[in-house]
Amino acid sequence: MKILVTVKRIPDPDESLKFAGNAIDTSSSKWVANAFDEYAVETALRMAEHIGNKDRLAEVIVCSVCPKDKRQHVTQFLAMGADRGVIVDADETAMDSQTVAKLVAEVFRREGCDLLVSGKLSQDSEGNEVAQRAAGLLDLPQASFAATLRWDRGANALTVGREVDDGVETKTIPLPAVVSVDLRIVLPHSVKNGATADDHKYSDGARLASLRGITMAKRKKVDVHTPAALGVTPSSHVAVAGVTAPEKRAAGQIVDSAQTLVNKLITEAKVL
Amino acid sequence: MSNVLVIVESDGSGPKAAALPGITAGQQLAAATGGQLHLLVLGASPDAAAQALASGGYGASAVHAIAGAELEPFTAEAWTDAVVAAVRELGVTAFGGTASSTLREVVPRAAAVLDAPIVTEITGVTGADAFTREISAGRAIATLKVSHAPFGFTARASDFAPAEPGSPATTVSALSAGSVSRRGATVVGVEKTQSARPALTEADVVVSGGRGMREGANFKVLEELTDLLGGALGASRAATDAGMVPADLQVGQTGKVVAPNLYFAVAISGAIQHLAGMKGSKTIVAINKDPEAPIFQVADYGLVAKWEDAVPQLVELVRAHKGG
Ligand SMILES: Cc1cc2nc3c(=O)[nH]c(=O)nc-3n(C[C@H](O)[C@H](O)[C@H](O)COP(=O)(O)OP(=O)(O)OC[C@H]3O[C@@H](n4cnc5c(N)ncnc54)[C@H](O)[C@@H]3O)c2cc1C
Ligand SMILES: Nc1ncnc2c1ncn2[C@@H]1O[C@H](COP(=O)(O)O)[C@@H](O)[C@H]1O
Repeated sequence: MKILVTVKRIPDPDESLKFAGNAIDTSSSKWVANAFDEYAVETALRMAEHIGNKDRLAEVIVCSVCPKDKRQHVTQFLAMGADRGVIVDADETAMDSQTVAKLVAEVFRREGCDLLVSGKLSQDSEGNEVAQRAAGLLDLPQASFAATLRWDRGANALTVGREVDDGVETKTIPLPAVVSVDLRIVLPHSVKNGATADDHKYSDGARLASLRGITMAKRKKVDVHTPAALGVTPSSHVAVAGVTAPEKRAAGQIVDSAQTLVNKLITEAKVL
Repeated sequence: MSNVLVIVESDGSGPKAAALPGITAGQQLAAATGGQLHLLVLGASPDAAAQALASGGYGASAVHAIAGAELEPFTAEAWTDAVVAAVRELGVTAFGGTASSTLREVVPRAAAVLDAPIVTEITGVTGADAFTREISAGRAIATLKVSHAPFGFTARASDFAPAEPGSPATTVSALSAGSVSRRGATVVGVEKTQSARPALTEADVVVSGGRGMREGANFKVLEELTDLLGGALGASRAATDAGMVPADLQVGQTGKVVAPNLYFAVAISGAIQHLAGMKGSKTIVAINKDPEAPIFQVADYGLVAKWEDAVPQLVELVRAHKGG
């Protein structure tokens, strides 16, 4: 079993945005890993590890489309426990999601992977499309917005609890397949791999890299491909014509009691 | 030709309420391109819903129905086959609809097969090929231009009014999707959150609770307030992750985006990911015991208090007001 996990770098979402002219200025940004991709790697590791046993049930490969010298996030995931990395050396900020998906799909094919795990969303650009696109390009079944996942190794299938608008949908997909993960996939009981005890309680959230992991990461293999070597010509059919700050809300007021609040909602805001 | 195709989710007898904002976005886009609006209904037996759409008109020139047993229950795999076939057959410039969990799966997958770009979660149509949308948890608004036909779009429900019937009635035509397949996927079931309340994204009033509510049972008092106001219940990620309320009540960057007339944030700190889902509300009320909580920076009315004291009082005051 080979699991490919897509991972993206983003400008630190905790830093305030800097606007320069008609764009966001990221020249001095700190780049960090997209949170959903931390969850995706955590998902893959929970699938791969047989807790209480040395067996690995899967190889976990992290894949990023990014300049090869901007691979801090890839190293971070190797330190977290992924087995190896694949970098597609290109400026991902100048290509559209179709190009990213084509590159990822091609890596998936060449590696002969069984499962693609992606984050549901880039926290910066918020496309919510790369995983679904990759599934379409690979013509594989997909389960987006996964909050729970059970790997049935006997049937070579996954049963996924998907967060949909009005509840949770349970979908079973045969492997090979594509999954995109939502926030709650990293709750303590969300992932079951059929080998680790079903009631095993993982710690909440994505794991941190251990000191040993950080040392090991340096020795792990990272392949670097160019888009050309993968037979893909980067392009973009979506151009950013401008970026502006949203209008600020007018300053509000602090009221001294529930009574004042209700009075104001009735007479001032006229919403009651 | 620069026609626009909107995929309309149906409830079997007509369009789902959640599909109507997507039709409005399609109308605006068709007006911008100077083309026609076409509507598409998919399902095992989509005819009744298609007829309802056709007699409602909705500004469309035609309603198309694709019938297939494989199209129900919904899977992204089978729906993509049908949508791709319709886009090719009708030769439309743009295809999309409301940014529901359904279309957020289908539109990108179909776009990949069509080698097409998409613009997701648009908040406005500013031209035949130009759209606005929020990025970085609502901290910036981008204007995007697409340079390829066809292209896909999904429209944020909170930014487009629901389309209304009434425009000239039109006709239904059956389309064939060719081969439609779920690629081996099966939908075991959908566990729906049962509620008699209006949908979060359609409600006039939303009352949300956060981590400070501590446990699910404590939401009872928020539900009382919600029901007095005929509103919908919401929550922060911390409250949904803790299992206090179902996950589909989450408001925010990765939950629902709501813009009601009145929004209550109770025991919610106001992280940017939460603000991304509610800062378009007309009037925002924050109740938090911490006067420094960032939520007060976006609130029209802030009450520094413990919910245990403030919310029961509010319930009584609102009840008295409504009764008298
Ligand atoms: C990738 C990503 C996506 C995210 N998406 C979302 C999203 O979509 N929606 C979302 O909400 N969050 C989201 N988050 C999480 C977000 O960053 C915050 O962690 C979350 O919103 C915090 O929830 P909270 O305000 O309920 O909890 P806290 O931040 O812990 O705040 C609790 C508040 O309750 C107050 N309080 C405590 N006790 C009382 C009392 N008795 N009476 C009154 N007030 C009290 C406290 O003063 C505090 O302000 C996301 C995070 C990430 C990383
Ligand atoms: N440049 C990239 N390199 C690798 N993975 C990416 C890249 N961009 C997006 N992804 C993946 O696609 C997911 C969804 O992103 P998006 O469709 O951009 O919202 C992310 O969580 C990543 O897993």
